[in-house]
Amino acid sequence: MVTFFNWMNRFFRNIFRKKKHLKIGIYGPPNGGKTTLANRICQDWLGEDLGKVSSIGHETREIQIKEQVSIKSGNKELSFNLVDTPGIATKIDYEDFMKAGLSEKEAKERAKEATKGVIDAIKWLDNMDVVVVVLDATKDPYSQVNITIVGNLEARKIPVLIVANKTDLKKASVKKIESAFPQYKIVGISAKYGNNIEEFYKGLFEVAGR
Amino acid sequence: MITLQFVPYSEIERLSSIGKIRKLLKIAREDKIVVLEGRLQKEEETELIKTTMEEIDDEFKGIEMAVISSEKKGNDVLGRFRNQFFSMLLGNRQGFTVIGPASVIKEIKKDPNKIQLFAEDVRKGRKRKKSR
Repeated sequence: MVTFFNWMNRFFRNIFRKKKHLKIGIYGPPNGGKTTLANRICQDWLGEDLGKVSSIGHETREIQIKEQVSIKSGNKELSFNLVDTPGIATKIDYEDFMKAGLSEKEAKERAKEATKGVIDAIKWLDNMDVVVVVLDATKDPYSQVNITIVGNLEARKIPVLIVANKTDLKKASVKKIESAFPQYKIVGISAKYGNNIEEFYKGLFEVAGR
Repeated sequence: MITLQFVPYSEIERLSSIGKIRKLLKIAREDKIVVLEGRLQKEEETELIKTTMEEIDDEFKGIEMAVISSEKKGNDVLGRFRNQFFSMLLGNRQGFTVIGPASVIKEIKKDPNKIQLFAEDVRKGRKRKKSR
């Protein structure tokens, strides 16, 4: 039954794929730099931030949308609604937040909101026209969360651009991510400092088919 | 002591997606590590994450999960068609899936051919390493 609804959803999405405003979702595990990238895009083209960033995981616990973002590359223009999603994880332990300095009450509240955020992010998958998967290039790319996210997008036939983020850090390896996902377009960037961001925009045009 | 429970594919193949997920999560919630023959469908893996999130509370912190698949990556169209054909006929029995409670499995390190579980004995609080 779920498969049938997914099929119907894909069918209608494909009919309207050529609509003017696409929905571009930013997905990935927690602390990969999704909101930093969303802020970079919004700063570059709108001059404002989308969300708050933090070194403590699960800072983004609700879906955040910036409507009518228009970007240009050469003589091409791409207009879309940008959707920043909470990080997808298989475990959330409030004690980890306490270790980061939160009180027990704050930590439990954050954990509760974070679990809801993961559920919402998964529910929103079917609404996306294009997805940017943001991975931390300093970490192991073979984690099951990464593989599950990318596998699901493939199953839903949603175009994917993989971003290997944090290339400003010494431990970063874009090659590791390329070898883990050889069939995908991958761009190494530093969302924090804007390194290679032009390649990212070119990649976005390519994947969005514009 | 760490308990591994093997679940043959035949035990879940007739269950609905949610039935499979409930069965696997029930075992993980008993502080056992599930070793499932084969793998869930991609959509079922996402549903497993969603259901896990719904069940997280002060006691249950979630799961660690890894899939080792014998499917080869790349653009070998014939190979992909063959894999899909056999999956349709026999179900997704290739490889295996490890699912364990986050309170027991601290970390899973994986490369395409090797999987390492860093587990903690809940009763003794000692870290152990298992690899395959």
